[in-house]
Amino acid sequence: MFPMLIGISLISFFIMHLAPGDVTSTEASFNPKASEESRQKLREIYNLDKPVIVQYGLWVKRISKLDFGNSFSSHQRPVLWEEKDKNGNITKGLIQEALPITLLINLLGITVIFSISIILGTLSAVRQNSWVDKSITLFVFIGFAIPGFWLALLLMYWTGVSNQWLPISGLHSLDYQNLSSFGQFTDLIKHLILPVFVSSLSGLAGISLYVRNGMLEILNQDFIITARSKGLNEKKIVFVHALKNAILPLITIIGLSIPGLIGGSVISESIFAIPGMGKLFYDSVLMRDFPVIMGILTIGSVLTLIGNLIADLGYAWADPRIRKGITK
Amino acid sequence: MYYKNIKLNLFILPLCLLLIGCGQDKSFESNHQNNYEKEDGGRLINAMTGEPSNLIAMIAGDSASSAIANNIFNSLLKYDESLNYAPEIAESWDISNNQKTITFKIREGLYWADGEKLTSKDVMFSWKLVTDPNTRTPYASDYQLVKKASTPDLYTFIVTYEESYAPALDTWTSLHILPEHLLKNEDVNSTYFSRKPVGSNYYKLDNWKSGQQVSLTRNSFSINGKANINNLVSRIIPDTSSQFLELTADNIDLMNINPIQYQRVFPSRKDLQDKIGLYKELGNGYTYLGFNLKKEPFNDKRVRKALNFAIDKNEIIKGVLLGLGEPLSSPYKPGTRWNNTKLKPYPYDSNRALALLNEAGYKKNNNGLLEKDGKVLRFEILTNQNKQREMTAVIVQRRLKEIGVDVSIRVIEWASFINQFIKTGDFDVVVLGWSLSLDPDQFNIWHSTQQGPGQFNFLGYENKRVDTLLEKGRLELDISKREKIYHEFSDILLDDSPIVYLYAGYGLSAINKRVRGIKRPSPPAGIYHNSYDWFIPKTLRRNEISDI
Repeated sequence: MFPMLIGISLISFFIMHLAPGDVTSTEASFNPKASEESRQKLREIYNLDKPVIVQYGLWVKRISKLDFGNSFSSHQRPVLWEEKDKNGNITKGLIQEALPITLLINLLGITVIFSISIILGTLSAVRQNSWVDKSITLFVFIGFAIPGFWLALLLMYWTGVSNQWLPISGLHSLDYQNLSSFGQFTDLIKHLILPVFVSSLSGLAGISLYVRNGMLEILNQDFIITARSKGLNEKKIVFVHALKNAILPLITIIGLSIPGLIGGSVISESIFAIPGMGKLFYDSVLMRDFPVIMGILTIGSVLTLIGNLIADLGYAWADPRIRKGITK
Repeated sequence: MYYKNIKLNLFILPLCLLLIGCGQDKSFESNHQNNYEKEDGGRLINAMTGEPSNLIAMIAGDSASSAIANNIFNSLLKYDESLNYAPEIAESWDISNNQKTITFKIREGLYWADGEKLTSKDVMFSWKLVTDPNTRTPYASDYQLVKKASTPDLYTFIVTYEESYAPALDTWTSLHILPEHLLKNEDVNSTYFSRKPVGSNYYKLDNWKSGQQVSLTRNSFSINGKANINNLVSRIIPDTSSQFLELTADNIDLMNINPIQYQRVFPSRKDLQDKIGLYKELGNGYTYLGFNLKKEPFNDKRVRKALNFAIDKNEIIKGVLLGLGEPLSSPYKPGTRWNNTKLKPYPYDSNRALALLNEAGYKKNNNGLLEKDGKVLRFEILTNQNKQREMTAVIVQRRLKEIGVDVSIRVIEWASFINQFIKTGDFDVVVLGWSLSLDPDQFNIWHSTQQGPGQFNFLGYENKRVDTLLEKGRLELDISKREKIYHEFSDILLDDSPIVYLYAGYGLSAINKRVRGIKRPSPPAGIYHNSYDWFIPKTLRRNEISDI
């Protein structure tokens, strides 16, 4: 895992520097009142005038002490974790603030996707080729194909402007701090309904078809026929014997989606005004805020590697055939 | 994927058009016809697309930061409603006879929001800070021209320049004065003060939720007196379509809108017109088409003038801005003294364009394209990812095709645009914008010495007379003499035609009608100029739990 990480960081670092420009060439700095000398001074302060390989060396040196550095463009805010100054003021890290929000939305999203997909997938497998199956397939594909931002805006209009059921954007109401803790909780949930719904909709198609096909395969196997001939009732056959086997491959998918948990969607975060990881990454790329870009990439790749590991372990845990294979 | 995000607005706008009215509260409507006395309190919620990076303006440099910081900090001077210099922290200023020394008299009895006294020491500290080589500010150069600064007493601040410097007063309107007692032992580049500032203006920071909102509340020590509205909340909503939905749902009071919303959505939506007022004023920038003067054929003035005649500016204003803009004939805001009213924009006249090109040696070839010495008149318009600029380039392309010029368009991401094309001089023609600054000095943009990589005369403009005028203009503090200098400068610039002035667009704001006291028509300094005087009558306020 370790050599892999070095490889990933090296490639990311060089690709990042292949893009022209740096933090001093933003649109805001194209201002006759800002002199070229001051931009040059900034480049020197941030070591941007040194060769890329030297900059990489400096970065590795810092990261080996788990120091992710400070952002160029947001007033030296720490990239990863909070810092305390001599007066006891705490400046929160950029990732520290954005990550919990994105994690929350994505975890909710994954839970929704998997629970609904398993139900839909099972239903359409059991009723294969019936109108139920067909309409479920149609529904999930519409959900997959529909442009998220468009649906988001329509829903925002319907539930926020013409009906005022849900808040339109943001994460909290303006008077959030004055609410009771239950009030704060429902306020947050209300704000999350639309973002989670919109982001889950496109995920339903893949997973529910996985479940459907897995189910169909299992339902045609000999042990199901045995169970039926034993006279077990159909519910038990489907939900106990077949489903358990059919969702095995999903463990791999869950494992593989762990790194995806920290990546937010720029589009939905922008529309819903949610300060998550997607927006943070997108903005830092536009600002050429190298420490932030590298921080997010490094954490992302560590999580990907861990995710792969967990998927393998999870598979072994759930499937005796693999576990036994290992112990032999 | 990212590209989709940028394109988004295109999809949304038709959608907004389609959506039909929502339930209207009739009593609310009639309320708006009443006249209200000024009232204290209330909360104004606006939306901005980006989060401020920090609230120390000299370091921040982004517009979101300065928008918030301007409510918190003061400068020595300010511009009044008609854009004349007015006292702020300084109650008066005096320019010496040799025009090199300015003496500012600081108002007595000023306090910071934490109750400490604001004196000339703080002014001195701010000047030292901005000129300190360790301060990561792009704006130091103007203040480095001060050779000597001194504070003979607590209420006097004297600066002496090497040579008289006409834009000096303008520079003192934009330097925020920072409190010495809180910052003297801090590293300004990373200090926590930038997220928890203490200023002297109408408002002070109440709370700042990263990525969500910045709330300001009235500063009881304000040096300008008391603002009417108690709280200013700026919500950070990156997507303008979402902002618009929030505005229609009455969750925000104020946002900047685009020409389509102004000209198409609002006229078709009676319910929105009833509750939201629209305001337009000339914006602070203009868009131009600039020629690379170091390159053939743009080093020929006749070709530049011909192309200027061949472009129909009014058509661009109609097509791109839906009529919400003005043509220009000088790089100054129409209506200000620096704008030379004798000058007129080049009219659209394809015959004169063709005649000038013939004079320059271009003849139509068999394909209908203009050609000189076997070379077709063909070039590339370069611009960055900006919808309005892209559409402008397309209209220009079409007009130039009519007279036989073959134009292609290339749209590039900003950082690449600057680093690979502008800095290297590797371009034919660009569509870009400059700001219409309040001080007329344009030395950095047009003086022949300012052509180095990273400097702003990247078009390579050289004109001896203009050089002299720009130098003179910087030294002349007498306003009417200065006016003459810049009128002549604009005249030469228009005739030389190194750029084609395309348009200056209007800034468009939509403000909920519960907000009263907004001046209409907007004064030269803009509608936000008297925002401290705006008020929200109690009966029109939202239900506010935290309203005090």
